[in-house]
Amino acid sequence: MADIAHPQIVQGREYGTISQARWWRGHLQGSEYAWALAFCIPYVAVFFAFVVYPVAFGIWMGSDAALYPRLFDDPIYWQTVVNTALFLGIAINVKLFLALLLSGFFMRRGWWVKALLMVFVLPWAVPALPTYISIHWMLNGEWGLINNLLWHVLGINGPDWLTTRWLALTSVMVSHVWKWLPFWTVILLAGRMAIPTDIQEAARVDGATGFRMFVHVNFPLIANLYFICTLLSTIFSLGDFNVVTFVSGGGPADSTHVLATLGIRYAFDLAQPRLGVAAVITALPLLIPLVIMLMRKFKTSQVQL
Amino acid sequence: MTTVTIDTIGIATSRSRSEAMRRAARRRKHLTSVGLALVSVVLVFWTLLPLYNIVMVSFEGHGDVFSDSIWPPVPSFDGYIAVFTQGYWYLANFWHQFGNSVYVGAAVTFLTLLIASAASFAISRMRIRHGWLLSNAALLTYVIPQSFLAIPFYRIMQNYGLTNNLWSVIAAMVTFATPYAMFIFQQYGRSIPIELDESARIDGATPFQIYYKIYLPLMAPALVAIGTYALLLAWNEYLYQFLMLSDKRSMTVPVALASFLNSDEAPWNYMMATAIVYAALPVTVYYLVRGRMTAGLTMGGVKG
Repeated sequence: MADIAHPQIVQGREYGTISQARWWRGHLQGSEYAWALAFCIPYVAVFFAFVVYPVAFGIWMGSDAALYPRLFDDPIYWQTVVNTALFLGIAINVKLFLALLLSGFFMRRGWWVKALLMVFVLPWAVPALPTYISIHWMLNGEWGLINNLLWHVLGINGPDWLTTRWLALTSVMVSHVWKWLPFWTVILLAGRMAIPTDIQEAARVDGATGFRMFVHVNFPLIANLYFICTLLSTIFSLGDFNVVTFVSGGGPADSTHVLATLGIRYAFDLAQPRLGVAAVITALPLLIPLVIMLMRKFKTSQVQL
Repeated sequence: MTTVTIDTIGIATSRSRSEAMRRAARRRKHLTSVGLALVSVVLVFWTLLPLYNIVMVSFEGHGDVFSDSIWPPVPSFDGYIAVFTQGYWYLANFWHQFGNSVYVGAAVTFLTLLIASAASFAISRMRIRHGWLLSNAALLTYVIPQSFLAIPFYRIMQNYGLTNNLWSVIAAMVTFATPYAMFIFQQYGRSIPIELDESARIDGATPFQIYYKIYLPLMAPALVAIGTYALLLAWNEYLYQFLMLSDKRSMTVPVALASFLNSDEAPWNYMMATAIVYAALPVTVYYLVRGRMTAGLTMGGVKG
């Protein structure tokens, strides 16, 4: 991206005398310039109408400093912050670590592993909404499949999964892992397959096996990808609205919200859109450094996503 | 392992020893395959349990939903009949809503391909000045969590007078699908030699002709992948559709499905039958196109 355009900019600065028109048009001549504009205008229009305008509008909505004391006075907000931190800290890392292990498992040859992979990616292929609703019903203390299974197979009465905060939050995290584990496994699997096999061959000849092979050869080669995946997954999961909404509904007593759902709750259930935007804005101190790190990584490493 | 083998060769005369080694290796192999089988069973169980629950409940009769059974005692097609005949008041507009989802999906797919391919053509083939600005704008949009923009987006859609209008959802989905599409188009476009464009240009082709007759046909694989991505994004998305579309006739399927949850009697078997009809299209498309999409091309699927 940038590497294509960059030399031209350097050139423009160097010459310095380039006319205003030439500076804008570059090497394009006559009607070509008009065509280039025409090709870009739809995207530029979408960007300004539906990205810049809402972002600016959101910042304006959340710019009233009086909103924040009100927000911080709400005990639900602090619960939500803790939930969000736990959700990101635990669910993301467990998910990616499992994905790393499973990607090694799926590197094995054989029709059985291939067939298993086809089944394994189903949670990702099925839309989120029906599966989260299904999990919500599965976790029903009286009629849900989980407790029915526990009763039929083990003869024990399962707990009421969604009526205590920590069980509900754990259920949310497990659901998130269930839904997104296949996706990250496939990404890491692709990363592993891109490693030239001669490196592993060489290590094997030198006597590396199993665990040592993984720690000293395989993992360092995909560590960069793993880190990028962690960043991306954190950013995306910060905005995961569906899993909380449909698995726990934010309950019991609004104790399992994350920032994404709390913002919507303020805005649409309590009719306080400004407070909702303020809640979202308090995630920016986390989001912005993550985005900057990610953009740097994108630029410096030729990671094929 | 290899060093051990070399040792073995060194003392190859001792037959009994190599026999023991072979037995140990065989035992290890057995252990590995038992371990693999165990992992496989756990994985299948873990993966299929919530999906099995959808299928099971969808085949239950009304009375069996609230029971402690782990499979439908008497399989019933009530749920599916209700969906296909719209025979329940929650499903009264189901096929109209299904049509809305198809309409949104088709429009988002078409517009995303059009807008992103045109912009990518200008940036990476015509090499416009400051094209990197557009690329970076797209990348930045890609990393904004969608749900964070929902509240201001809802407000500006009110300003534009587009609430309860499918085009508000289409606008939102195109906005979020285009950045990833541009990212992929620019990456994929690097494999197409620029000399093709240059020779066409010398022969007097206009930029539009180059775009239409050279660029688009050569980009076909990327277009298929991104088209699928945009379709699935629009079909699976919930939050924006829920906020923007509240009227029964303008709703899409996911919004209708979720609105079931608010009903007091919670007709779970109807809901799960609806869920299966709704999920059938993305799952089919996914497995059809899977072979053509590398893992990378599906990256954007994360944003749900």
